[in-house]
This record gives sequence, C-alpha cells and structure tokens, in this order.
Amino acid sequence: MAEEFLLMKNISKRFAGVQALDSVDFSINKGEIHCLVGENGSGKSTLIKIISGVEQPDDGSEIYIEGERIESFQSIDTIRKGVEVIYQDLSLFPNMTVVENIAISQIIERGSRLFNWSDVRHISQEAMARIKIRLPLDEKVGNLSVADQQLVAICRTLTSDVRLLIMDEPTSSLTRKEVESLFSVIKDLQKSGIATLFVSHKLNEVFQIAERVTVLRDGKKIGTFNREELDNEKLTMLMTGKKVEYSQFSAPPTRGDPLLEVRNLSKERNFKDISFKLYPGEILGITGLLGSGRTELALALFGMNNPDFGEIYINRKKVLINSVQDAIKLGIGYLPENRLVQGLVMEQSIGKNIVVTVLDRLRGTLNLIDKKQVENSSNKGVSDLEIRIPSIDSPVSTLSGGNQQRVVLAKWIATQPKILILDGPTIGIDVAAKRAIHEIIRELANSGIGIVIISDEVPEVVPNCSRILLMRKGRIIGEFKAEDTSEEELQNLVNAG
Amino acid sequence: MSETSVMKRFLRYHEFYVLIVIIILAIIITSVNKQFFTLENFFDLLKSYSFLGILAVGVLIVLISGGIDISFTAMTSVAEYVMAIYIINLKGNILIAFLIAILVGLALGAFNATLIHFLRIPTIITTIATLNIYYGLLSFFSGGKWIYSLPNWFRDFSVIEVIKLVNKEGIRYGLSIVTIIWIFVLLLAFCILRYTTLGRSIYAMGGNRISAQRVGLNILRLQFFVYCFMGFLSGIAAVVHALLVMNVAPNAIVGKELDVIAAVVLGGANLAGGAGSLLGTILGVTLVALMSNGITLMRVSSLWYNVFIGLIIIVSVCMSAHQLKIKQSQRAVIDIE
Repeated sequence: MAEEFLLMKNISKRFAGVQALDSVDFSINKGEIHCLVGENGSGKSTLIKIISGVEQPDDGSEIYIEGERIESFQSIDTIRKGVEVIYQDLSLFPNMTVVENIAISQIIERGSRLFNWSDVRHISQEAMARIKIRLPLDEKVGNLSVADQQLVAICRTLTSDVRLLIMDEPTSSLTRKEVESLFSVIKDLQKSGIATLFVSHKLNEVFQIAERVTVLRDGKKIGTFNREELDNEKLTMLMTGKKVEYSQFSAPPTRGDPLLEVRNLSKERNFKDISFKLYPGEILGITGLLGSGRTELALALFGMNNPDFGEIYINRKKVLINSVQDAIKLGIGYLPENRLVQGLVMEQSIGKNIVVTVLDRLRGTLNLIDKKQVENSSNKGVSDLEIRIPSIDSPVSTLSGGNQQRVVLAKWIATQPKILILDGPTIGIDVAAKRAIHEIIRELANSGIGIVIISDEVPEVVPNCSRILLMRKGRIIGEFKAEDTSEEELQNLVNAG
Repeated sequence: MSETSVMKRFLRYHEFYVLIVIIILAIIITSVNKQFFTLENFFDLLKSYSFLGILAVGVLIVLISGGIDISFTAMTSVAEYVMAIYIINLKGNILIAFLIAILVGLALGAFNATLIHFLRIPTIITTIATLNIYYGLLSFFSGGKWIYSLPNWFRDFSVIEVIKLVNKEGIRYGLSIVTIIWIFVLLLAFCILRYTTLGRSIYAMGGNRISAQRVGLNILRLQFFVYCFMGFLSGIAAVVHALLVMNVAPNAIVGKELDVIAAVVLGGANLAGGAGSLLGTILGVTLVALMSNGITLMRVSSLWYNVFIGLIIIVSVCMSAHQLKIKQSQRAVIDIE
C-alpha cells in the first residue's frame, strides 16, 4: 500500500450556520495525482483552504502530515511542511520579471533585507531546471501567455521543498496543447515524489490525469475512487446525486429565409473566410479550441471586433455592424464568455442589471426613467427565467454562477432579440444548473429566436444544437448535423487541431 | 545582440520616448536662444528643480505602491514653517534644520499611513483630507505670516557650490549644494527600490495586492514605510525650498501637487500602481523644467506653460495606451493557415 502524505480525519467546518464540510475523511498518498471534484458549494474550496491553513477546521478534526499530527493550522505551518497552493488567479505580479516572480516567496521566507539579484536568478533557474522549462528570465510576467504564467506559478512553489501541490482549476484558460504540456509537467513532478491535488470541473481532464478521484457533494464526501472505476456518466451522477439525461434538440423543419447570413467574413489574425447561415428557431453550435477564432468571430457579429471584409445579412438585408449599438438595434444579443467582467455589474442590484439594456424603453414623463416600469420589467425577467434571488435589490455578486448567468440571459431577453449569441453559456456552472440553462436556451429557440452557441465543450454542443460548425485556426473546417454526429467523433476532430 | 533588437528593446520603454521629446525640445529652444545650451543654465535648472525633483521621488514610490499622496505639499509647508520657527528662535545648525523638518514630515506621513491602513478609505480621499487638515492648521497657527529673517548660517549654506566654474563673460557659477541633496535622495531611493527586499515588495504590492498578501508580505508595514518615506522627503524638500527662496510662506507650496504628480506620470509611472522608474521620474522632471525654462528663454508668455504641460500629458498617455493596444492585439494572434 502506498504511503500517505496527508491524512485528514473527521474534518468539519461551519460558516454562520452553514455546514460547509461535514466529517470528511480525506487522504493523499506521496507522489499521487489526486483529483477533487464536486459542484459549486460542495465544499471543495473549503477543503483546500483547510489543507493550506487559510481556514481553521472545527474541533474534532484531525490532520496528519506524514503521520505527524498538525496541531496549529496556520498557513505558514503547512507551507513549512511542503504544502503549496496555486490559486486560480495564480497570485503573480504582472509588473515584475519572471525571476522575481519565481523567487519572491523564497526571498521573503529567508527574511533577508537586501535583494540579491544573482541569488534571485539562481533560485529561479534552479526551479525551472527541475521541470525542464525555459522562460525568458527578464520578461515581465504580464507579457507572458497564461500557460507560461502558470509555469511561473509552479516554479515558485518549487523554490521551497514542496511535497504537495494543490492546483485550483488550473486549466480553465489553457488551450488543449497547453493543457497537455501542463499535464506532462505534473507527471514530471510526480516522478520526483511531489503529489498533486487537482481541482477541476472538466471531467475529461479528470479522467486523463487522475489516479484517484474524490467526490464531494453538499459538504459530504461521496467517496474516493480509482480512475478505472469511473466514467463520465457515473461521475456526473456522483457529483449531482441525480441522473442527468439529455434529449437531442432538433430545429423545426420549416426554414424559410435565413435570419442571419455571413459571407466571407475575414479579419487579419482573427478569422478567415467565414460563411454560414442561421435560421429562425435554430440553435447553431460553433466549436473549436481556445484560440481557434471562435470568440473573435462572435465579437465581430456583435460590433466589438470589426472585420476587414466580408458581408453580414439580416433578414436578407445587408447590414453593417460597427458598434454594439448597431448590433442591439438589429436585434442581436450577446452573452459574453466572461460574465463576471463583461456581462454583469457585480455590485449592482439584480433588477438594475436586468434592465440596463432597455433603459431607453422605460422612460416615463419628462423622459426620466419610470421606476414602476423598471420594476415590472425586472420582475418579469426574474419570473420568466425562474431566477432564484433573495431580493430584486440584492447585488448580483450574491448569486450562484447559474443564477448569474440567468440574469445575463434575462438582460438580453428584455431587448426582445431576434438573434442571441451565447459564448460559453455554461462555463463554471454546475452540472444541474447547466441543464436548466440549456432548457431555457431551447425554449428561446422554440419561440423563434435564432441562437448561436459558442463552446469548446463538445458534450454541451452536440445535444443542444441542431447544426455544428467546427473552427480551427480561424477557419470553419466542417459542418455537422448533430443527429448524425457522435460526441466522441467530434471531440477527436476538435482536439486534432 | 544585433542593432535592430537593441532598438526594439528601447522602443518598449516609455523612458525612451520621453527622452526623444526632451531632445527635440532642447534643440528647438537652443535654436531660438543659444543661452539655453550652456552648462550654466544646466546647473541653474538642476538647482531650481531639485525641490520638485525630491518630492517627485516620494510621489513615485507612493504611485508604485498602488496609492497616491496629495498631501505632500501641505506636509512640506508645515515642516518648513516649524523648522524656520525653530532655527530662528532656538538657534541650531543646518543638520538640526534638516532633523526638525524630517521629524515633522515623518510624523505627518505616519498619520497618513495610519489613516490609510486602518480606515481603508481610498488613498486619494484620505490624503486630500489630510492636505486640508495640515494646511488648515498651518494657516490658522501661522496666521498666514511670512518669515524672512532666516539665520545667516542658513543663508551661507544655501550658496555653497560644489563645482566652481567661470563663464565667458567672467561670471562665476557652479553646481549648488542643493542639487547634491537631490542626487543623494535619488541614490537613496535607487538603492531602496532596486537592491532591497522592501523596495521590490513595494513593486509587488503595487502590482497585485492580494498576491502580495499571499506570498506573505506585510502590507501594513509596507504602507507605513511608503507614506512615512513621502513624509521624510517632504521634510528634506521643506529645507531645500527654504534654501532656494530664502523666505517661508505658509501658502507658497500648496497647489503645486499636480505639477509634481504630472512630472512623475510623464516619466511613465502608472497611476494604477506597480510601474514606474527613477530614470523616468528624472526625465519627467527634466521635461517639466525644460518646458518652463524654455518658455522663458523663448520669451513666450508663461501663461502658456500649463497648456503645454497638459498637451504633453495627453500625448504621453495616448502613446502608452497605443502601446498597450498593440501589445494586446499581438497576444491574440491566431495563425490562420
């Protein structure tokens, strides 16, 4: 039997009346690659925070590192025992060089007052050598790609004697190739006896990298499984506690004129020769890897990334979309990839977020905004999309990811769009909430809106779209009818790029 | 490294562009008035702008840390007034003058730091408030009275010249002791920013505060240092100001905040924190000095000075924004087959 590095027994944590973790037992072996999965609110992040000493567990919890009981759970103690966390934001300093970013925690740990640059270079070169990578030493980290930034963050943990590396959603903004090279780095680390705890919601990645998988649900441990015991369906079931089944969406057969037609749309270094048609009531999927030009294309259709040439027709009429205002006037709605930054004003109320696109229509006497109309409009959005909210005046930031995404949808539905472009509509949303969002999208399509879903998750695109376009390196390289395409087949084509 | 890549490296630095603007400006001014391009005028500029230059160093460090300090002119005024009263009434020497001014500056800077850390209000608001408090108290207690009767030893110190030269017309000139003080401040700041963990931590804090906390930096201590250092330099600047103008007026300095901040921002410091260099700050101060000196030498009404400074700031900010845009578009490259 493998030797345990970390052993946690009976871990519980209550926050203001909420049981975030309920007597969880958990262990990680030396040099093991372990995945932690669970939906939002399942207790994943609380567990990580307890391992790393950021949060203190309740009485009765026991933590052992290499058989030795840890009495005080301070960050500094766990770091000294070799536990390092790489948070999703990577905790880097974009304004500083690669060497400084790698060496800074070691320099602070040593407590020297003088900043010895040759030491700093030495420390970081050593760390880079351990995972056999070379990064430009004096480049500012802000100028590196996200993948390289991640390597910088990994190197930083290697400057101390790391035994367990915890990575929180490390792959969310990496391309397929970059994920592959990250995984090979993790496997390299494993060879030198470093264990990795990998938190992810992308199930196919979990299967690719993990040796064991621990599933949490509602603060309780459902179980720890060997990879061989699981498959996609079973893991989803374990995470959600229910069987999630998808029926195939099919568009209405009567088509008529296309709602939107794009001819030979091109933009240098973004996309090339893009032509497609979108019919009313249809859900068109556009899939491809990060960097295939899919988001750039979506932005072009919404007036935020003007193409160099090519034509766009709406209802057979040639149109120019040079700004977001143009797009909205033409009845186009756009749900951005990053809803936190681009889709919502997080600190503003739910009601205000919903009506922000239609303020023009809510004017009363003297052209001032009519409060009554605002209320009606936002309440309608909330009830139509069944958004679960504490109150219409609470800030959007208090909602879960799924409900936030509903608010963005409600905002666009309020404009009564003819065309909706949804970029990554379910990124970072729980499996069950995903399904609910998909239901809403289908209903919208049934009401005659033409919908474009842009997503790199093939399991999302295939069942929910009627047609799928595959993009690679800025071009559309194939069109598929969803009924005739298996997810596996399409996934292979996507990854082939 | 090949010549083109050296060139490309330079093109990435904001400082390079400021330098070009300075050279162009110097050529224009010289072509109008030969008096400009003389060592004498150069030494004179270095002397009269050392006051602004010292304050600019403090502002630079505050900006790098991700904050801003508006109150430094008031701190300088208070320190200058207290120092003047002390040396007139209680005698002393130049070291005591510096000591008193620095202590006052440090105390006021520490008050700023305390408010900023514990009230967690944006630094701009906190320091606008303390500017008014410090300046208001000074106006009240001084009654707005000017001080002229500075001691003789103080006057004697102000005219010390380190390098002594004679120009063509036989008039003596030299490098003022005041400039040496500025150079000393620059060297001190350079060593702190470049070769101490404290200095690099200030960059880190300005770059990403949450990350700074996570790697174990003590934000309270860093902020305390940054605002106290601003106070410390305000104290030094207070004495330098008195040495330059040989009188002390409670209202002489307050109102110049934006000149100093503009010089630092022109030099490439980022108002959002994390970026800025001493070289840039020196160039920024030089640019401001040239504008003002050039306008005089070219016999243009000094009322144009503010307009030109404003225009240069707009051009400089546009250039930075343009560079950023190019950088971002380069990052989103999709190699189309």
